[in-house]
Amino acid sequence: MSLRPRLIPCLLVHNGGLVKTTRFADPKYVGDPLNAVRIFNEKRADELMVLDIDATSQGREPNYSLIATLARECRMPLCYGGGVTTPDQVDRIVSLGVEKVAIATAALADLTLVESSASRVGSQSVAVVLETRRDARGQLVSVHSRRGTQRIDGSAHSLAQQAEKAGAGELVINSIDRDGTMSGYDEPLIAELRACVNLPITVVGGASSVNEMLKITSRHQGVAAAAGSLFVFKGKYRAVLIQYPTPSERSTQPRG
Amino acid sequence: MITILDFGLGNVSAFTGLFDRLGVRCAAAKCPSEIVPGSNLILPGVGAFDMAMERLEKSGLAEALKAAVTQTGTPILGVCVGMQVLFEGSDEGNCAGLGLLPGRVVHMGEDCQGASLCLPHLGWNTISIRKSHPVVQGLDDAEFYFLHSYRARPARADDVIAGTSYGCEFPSIVGRGPVIGVQCHPEKSHESGIRLLQNFAGMSSA
Repeated sequence: MSLRPRLIPCLLVHNGGLVKTTRFADPKYVGDPLNAVRIFNEKRADELMVLDIDATSQGREPNYSLIATLARECRMPLCYGGGVTTPDQVDRIVSLGVEKVAIATAALADLTLVESSASRVGSQSVAVVLETRRDARGQLVSVHSRRGTQRIDGSAHSLAQQAEKAGAGELVINSIDRDGTMSGYDEPLIAELRACVNLPITVVGGASSVNEMLKITSRHQGVAAAAGSLFVFKGKYRAVLIQYPTPSERSTQPRG
Repeated sequence: MITILDFGLGNVSAFTGLFDRLGVRCAAAKCPSEIVPGSNLILPGVGAFDMAMERLEKSGLAEALKAAVTQTGTPILGVCVGMQVLFEGSDEGNCAGLGLLPGRVVHMGEDCQGASLCLPHLGWNTISIRKSHPVVQGLDDAEFYFLHSYRARPARADDVIAGTSYGCEFPSIVGRGPVIGVQCHPEKSHESGIRLLQNFAGMSSA
């Protein structure tokens, strides 16, 4: 079962442009979504994740024309999230050429959305997102939605199991307090959730280096590593530069 | 010339965009009358088996593609669930498949210790060619993107064109005569996918 590690750029859409946030706040403009997709095509990224961070907070539908444009251009699998609340929307987004639809807020409010979406487009195309935050002492993990503004009842552990039972095909763990900090993934949480579900998991939030991403994917079976800052900023002054490791850079990274 | 059968599941625009760039003429067909005569057919698919079959039947595309394949030997490429519906049926649903290839579609866990298998099979994996075929020319050990929980179990072993290992080996590319199915997503597999689609575009009716 030696699947190639999945290293996934995670792109955030805000006001029609791409941004990168820090701890889910302070969006910094980093470029045009279509242009970014073209660059990641050239760099042969494993997969792309695009999250519209306005849709839910503005209470609006997903931007179907943007999704269609990106899906048409994208020569790698695409996961879209943001503002999805009904199975019809999931169906429509898949029909636009998106492989996976990520649902956070609406799925956690009502897991039957996961069930009914999976029965229409197949489990493999429904991803459930848990936005997680640790308490001030770095101990307890809470789960949130609406871009971190709303606390969800239940532990990450039980919500992950419920999502799997409802028919989700993937679990995305998005760490709010590590977002944009490049301070490392929340590995204890990854290990805990890996042990309680069989689903593929994608982790995002905190990626510090390609090497760390490779380590996470090799230590935890069925875990993919996604990153925002790492793929759009370069150097300590965080100059905007879209980048992605070449196949030889990936194979020569020290592991362990 | 390629006609992509658009039954509302699967990435039609990714295929048309890719063929446009390659300079291969292609069109999408939502109903039988839109199928360009003499063109090779692609049956894309992302989704559940029954949903795919219901939409294929309702649009009339199921009958039309069966006629094209059996009467004129038109090459057809089924992708992902578009491959699965080429078989007689699936454990994922209750609908009958198109029956163009003998065999069924079963859950990935069925033949290899399912309990420890992380499903769906999601990510980049390699294909090993088991039977020489124009569609896989130049693609031994090539990497493709997979996303699925069910797999084909062809009734005839020599319908397996390529295998992929996940837990155990399963048929990732199948085919007989003009009928070809790929479990992976060539439209999302960078240059190995482009090569496979070019190979298919070059096939002609029997």
